[in-house]
Amino acid sequence: MTIVGRGNEAGARLFRQWFEGLTAAADEGRGAAYVFVMGSLCELLRVFDFPIVFPEINSLQAAVRRVAAEYLNEAENYGYSPDICGYVKADVATQLRGGAHPMGKIPKPALAVATNACNTYIKWGEIWERMYGMPLFTLDIPGSRGAGLASSRGSDDFERDRRYVAAQITELIALCERVSGRKFDIDRLRQHLGWANELNQGWQRVLELNRSTPALFNALSDGTIYLGVVNGFRGAPEGAAFFRDLVEEMTQKAEQGIGTPIDEKWRLIFVGVPCYPIFRRFSELFSDWGGVFVNSTYLWFASGGANLGFCYDLQHPLDSLAEGVLLGVRDAMDSMFFQTQALVRMIDDYAVDGVVYHPIKSCRTVSTGLADSRRALMAQRDIPSLFVESDMMDKRVVSEAQMKNRIDAFFEGLAARRHQAAAAPA
Amino acid sequence: MTAATFPEWRGLPLDEIVVRCRELVEDADFPTVRRWRDGGGKVVGHFQVYFPEEIAHAAGLLPFKVRGAPVEPTQAESHFGSYLCSIIKSSLELALSGRVPLDLFVTHPICDAARNLAGVWGRNVSYPCRILYLPQNPNSGFAAQYLRDEYDRVRRLCGELAGRDITDDDLRHSIDVFNENRTLLRRLYALKRERPWLLPVDEAYVLMSVGGLVPREEHNELLRTVLPLLEARTLPRRDQIRVILEGGFCEQPPLDLLRAIARSCYVVDDDLLIGLRWLVEDVPQSGDPLQALAESYIDRSAHSPVQHDLRKPKDRMLLERLDQADSQAAILMAAKMCEPGLEELVVHTRALDGRGIRYFVSEFEENMTSFDSLEIQLETFVENLVFD
Repeated sequence: MTIVGRGNEAGARLFRQWFEGLTAAADEGRGAAYVFVMGSLCELLRVFDFPIVFPEINSLQAAVRRVAAEYLNEAENYGYSPDICGYVKADVATQLRGGAHPMGKIPKPALAVATNACNTYIKWGEIWERMYGMPLFTLDIPGSRGAGLASSRGSDDFERDRRYVAAQITELIALCERVSGRKFDIDRLRQHLGWANELNQGWQRVLELNRSTPALFNALSDGTIYLGVVNGFRGAPEGAAFFRDLVEEMTQKAEQGIGTPIDEKWRLIFVGVPCYPIFRRFSELFSDWGGVFVNSTYLWFASGGANLGFCYDLQHPLDSLAEGVLLGVRDAMDSMFFQTQALVRMIDDYAVDGVVYHPIKSCRTVSTGLADSRRALMAQRDIPSLFVESDMMDKRVVSEAQMKNRIDAFFEGLAARRHQAAAAPA
Repeated sequence: MTAATFPEWRGLPLDEIVVRCRELVEDADFPTVRRWRDGGGKVVGHFQVYFPEEIAHAAGLLPFKVRGAPVEPTQAESHFGSYLCSIIKSSLELALSGRVPLDLFVTHPICDAARNLAGVWGRNVSYPCRILYLPQNPNSGFAAQYLRDEYDRVRRLCGELAGRDITDDDLRHSIDVFNENRTLLRRLYALKRERPWLLPVDEAYVLMSVGGLVPREEHNELLRTVLPLLEARTLPRRDQIRVILEGGFCEQPPLDLLRAIARSCYVVDDDLLIGLRWLVEDVPQSGDPLQALAESYIDRSAHSPVQHDLRKPKDRMLLERLDQADSQAAILMAAKMCEPGLEELVVHTRALDGRGIRYFVSEFEENMTSFDSLEIQLETFVENLVFD
């Protein structure tokens, strides 16, 4: 029996179910926990049975469903500048519409947890504070203090950071108890951490398996579906089951040499955030040339570091949660700010032909350093790269024709390079 | 201590001193840094908004506030994408062009763009580039301990650069120097608030701004000299409205823009270079000096759009600043492409609308050179207020 394609179908089904659940929660007037993909703390929040809302995912869904423009306009009419994050503005409009969203209805927040992995998370949370008067918990995660300076587990510097995170988690638990009216149950936390362990390890394995030739999935299109499950179902049994099945599917594909539906000619890495306003077309601009994205920094940082495959120690759940969150979110930040060496390794591990940088107007966290990072990578490795800017939400700054010209030229360059290499004397 | 880095003002009358300060603040070659280095000193560049300068000072290093400059980012431009504020690019330009030679660069992730700076600088300069993670959860009971440990990391870093250990007594001496500076700056701002006709915003700005460019002892000497002269000024009191100015916490508006504002309004309080005035009280001299600095940052500090603190909701803090300065209106500015600044405009305008307080909104850029249109709009705003 073939299991090929099962992951994509299951991912889409889980997403529909998730939004149906959110709609039901909104109709019942239940307050949700609003969280972000880099450091969501879902493992902990599920202990208190909060419906989990990822406003970033809501916003990108609005873009994928091609209704982002009306949401952005509404927020801009409210006073928000065209030059700030489109995710924020789409969410502001969603809140102004009482939660109305193309996927269903979004419940109001009972509390929000924002890490410092993105400064906009915190500014965003302040908007809900003012709108609803609910608590915003800022979970401060110290990142690497410089390139290659991530402290080692067990070192004094690491322990100091871990203690800070652990203390905040204890404070967050007290807040969750107060908001939910439920007592913290450490055995339930163990259960959710266990499911998160399966998900983390499954995600790491799926990413590793894509070193296969041909690639088993397209990191830009298929990968985004899997990424949605990593975030939306972290710490849930459905998430653990999904990744058990996905590893099985990808393993079978690797064993049988089954790749993506296109004829793979070029193996690419994607650096940045996808162009959601024309998501399918954006992917086709590459796949039409036989380009397959075998990995991306997006699948790392937007999974909150789940790519590390961190396994919580269920005997010491709180200490281990602090350690896992610190390592994961720090890795997510490193994937955005200090990614050069990781890209060099990725190029080798995944036999990559080219690197595509896609900075976007909306997200300065991801985009500010990409031009410089590209220069650094080019200085280290002789590999073709493409730098093309657009946005993840705002179609006004997406020029498909210009993008196509640049992408076509990139592939022509790749072809010429391969031709020259083949013609060169041995 | 090396020779004075900024001796030009000494012995001059007040107006001439202000001119010299203005020339220094506008000099994109930053001569004080060069003079310090010529004397054998080392320099720690720290990006906006706040840095515990006392620690670098205690090591005998010059803490230099990296706040951009009105320069063309000819070398820096290609290191960044589009849609960025100017200060990010112009600050790197200072490094790449060699205008500001540093020995260490420290940045704090104040915003999504700035948090990339350590990575970008680190790939392009030979000296160390580090991130200081100031707490974004100052409400945690563990934040002061965490920050104290972070400051200890900065102490080790600065000690390595200076080639010697920084003792607690070194730190206490530096805290003493900076406490005096804080007292003098509070006096400067009190004068601006109480008798604004004696101290236009552009003059107050240059007198304060020099502090980020010279050893703090020199700044103290300058302020000690200038304050009595300012207080003894006999300038006429004009019929101008009292306003507060918001939006200068990171990228700095051009001086000519501040002069244009000063022609229409008395700016009685502002957040210009708020990092130099972040600690609003003296840092205690007793006990562990790093702990004292950490607790001051958390419990006795100003506010800005780039620090989240449950005790400092942005709308309430704006109204408090307005009330404490007995201000009639507000000028709300945001640097172009400055995400936190632009987001704060929504908060601020709604807070002011709620109180029925009039405000003037504008974007700016450190490199802008034309102010005519803005000045006309501002004059119209003021006339509307006066004749309403």
